[in-house]
Amino acid sequence: MIASAAVAVSCRQVVKDFGDGDSRLRVLHGIDLDVLEGEMTLLVGPSGCGKTTLISIIADLLDPTAGEIDLFGTRQSRLPRTKRIQFRARHIGFVFQQYNLLPALTAHENVAVPLLINGWRRSQALEKAHLLINEVGLESRARNFPSQLSGGQQQRVAIARALVHGPKLLVCDEPTAALDATTGQVVMELIRRVAVQPGRAVIVVTHDSRVFSFGDRIARMDDGRIVDVQEVEPALAAPHEPRS
Amino acid sequence: MNWVAWKMLNGDRAKYMGAVFGVAFGTLLIAQQTSIFVGLMRRTANQILDVLQAEIWVMDPKVENADEIKPLAETDLYRVRGVEGVDWAVRLYKGQARVRVAGGNFRQVILMGLDDDSLVGAPILMKQGTISDLRITDGIIIDRAGYEYLWPGEEPRLGKIVDMNDRRAVVVGICESAAPFQTFPVLFTRYSRALEYVPPERNRLSFVLAQPKPGYSTQQVCDAIEEKTDLLALSRGQFMWRTVGYFMRTTGIPINFGITVALGFVVGTAIAGQTFYLFILENLRQFGALKAMGLSNGRLVVMVLIQAMVVGLVGFGIGMGMTATFFEATKNITNLRGMHVPWWVALGTAGAITVIIFFASLLSIRRVIVLEPAVVFRG
Repeated sequence: MIASAAVAVSCRQVVKDFGDGDSRLRVLHGIDLDVLEGEMTLLVGPSGCGKTTLISIIADLLDPTAGEIDLFGTRQSRLPRTKRIQFRARHIGFVFQQYNLLPALTAHENVAVPLLINGWRRSQALEKAHLLINEVGLESRARNFPSQLSGGQQQRVAIARALVHGPKLLVCDEPTAALDATTGQVVMELIRRVAVQPGRAVIVVTHDSRVFSFGDRIARMDDGRIVDVQEVEPALAAPHEPRS
Repeated sequence: MNWVAWKMLNGDRAKYMGAVFGVAFGTLLIAQQTSIFVGLMRRTANQILDVLQAEIWVMDPKVENADEIKPLAETDLYRVRGVEGVDWAVRLYKGQARVRVAGGNFRQVILMGLDDDSLVGAPILMKQGTISDLRITDGIIIDRAGYEYLWPGEEPRLGKIVDMNDRRAVVVGICESAAPFQTFPVLFTRYSRALEYVPPERNRLSFVLAQPKPGYSTQQVCDAIEEKTDLLALSRGQFMWRTVGYFMRTTGIPINFGITVALGFVVGTAIAGQTFYLFILENLRQFGALKAMGLSNGRLVVMVLIQAMVVGLVGFGIGMGMTATFFEATKNITNLRGMHVPWWVALGTAGAITVIIFFASLLSIRRVIVLEPAVVFRG
């Protein structure tokens, strides 16, 4: 348990079961975890240990079987369904392993999508999206479709999309898994540089040990349990991108 | 997000066009076949509808259609004239005769014998000659299509001579006439002359045509005629529907066309539904991402409905365009003359396409609604 910085995400005794009766499978066994604002928390562990299930529950995409989640002081289970969806639209950004960009939209139109979901006018949304596209260094590719971009470029578009509406929580699921090592480093540097800010928490699920140095804290999972939470030693910090 | 829905649809051109053409061909089959069916059924009653001068048709109560007639006695005409509310009543002969042309060729024709004095029932649109030319000895008026049947390849001209029941007849006029159900030429002559062109019978008065006096409704006078004469009196519209109803009941035409229309409906639903469903399936991950990002089910359903509506509207437009092009291209073909798309067929087709689109999008909407947004985290 960490008490020095503001807690963005608080998980208490979170349990998740899939299936019923004899086929019931417990995937999370009473998870306790705090994610702090202004930090990047890496959620690491072997495949099948429950990382993705945990971030799905934190991001309110799945309901826990038991336990409580507080996001920025708000207990999600107490909100009506529509409010929870609104909360997700306004305060959570997503970076997916497979990018999940809309193939029919250009890079800069893709970035505008979260703003459109939040009810922005199209012209204003596209204007704001342009700023973010510039910030991730893709201004020359703004009018390209995803199929015309490399994997790394697509992930940078996805990062811009995840941040365009200024979310309080950024959830990244294996953002470097589909990329080569060099591009993966570039993407992690970018997340570190543009996403980690005061008032925002970043959770990155990864099993790529080469990117561990980009985090502030590493929560290790195994068999549906948090086995260890450690601050990253400054000596391990990535030499090419110093952490604040 | 409606704009995103449109872009998503437009971004996958192959599926978009597949779904659009599914709807378009469904529209074409439904609208074209229904229009031809309506046109054919209308043809069974065209000789009734062409008589605009009289509102009331009086006939034997056993008559079920305009082609199978039990003749009335001459005295029936006077009985009808004696009914209160009848302004005037005249004779009409309607039957079939055999025409022989020079060279020995012959054809069956529809012969209309008009009241000698008033010529009530005469064609409205004359191409050559005038209606009063019927008063010329042996004069007949023939419809343009009939002229082409009797004298194929010849320029229409007056003065042609034909033979009916060994009596001479001279073409004194050429008119436009609505196509009959059977592709027979339609000949108009005076009543007295018509009786000479057909073999003798005891009674030969096919119908009495009557008009109500001002201040009397058609139905009122029909009821009065039936009460006083025991004959069947129908308005033009009632007689049309009686005839159409007879052909609907006693021929296989509605079933055959009905099957084709149903096939159009099924094929349209199958092609549009399958293609649209595939489109949604392939975009399911994107829909999942949108859902994860906070797009509600309601707005996702609206997006799917917008996509379905665009497919429906564009497909319907193309399909109706193809249907209209078909009828425009064939309007000068004699056998297809008079066929067109009635406005209510277009409206009904639009209704059918709406149902097709509803079914096509129903499965897709269900898939989107039950989609777990967490699917986006699966590799």
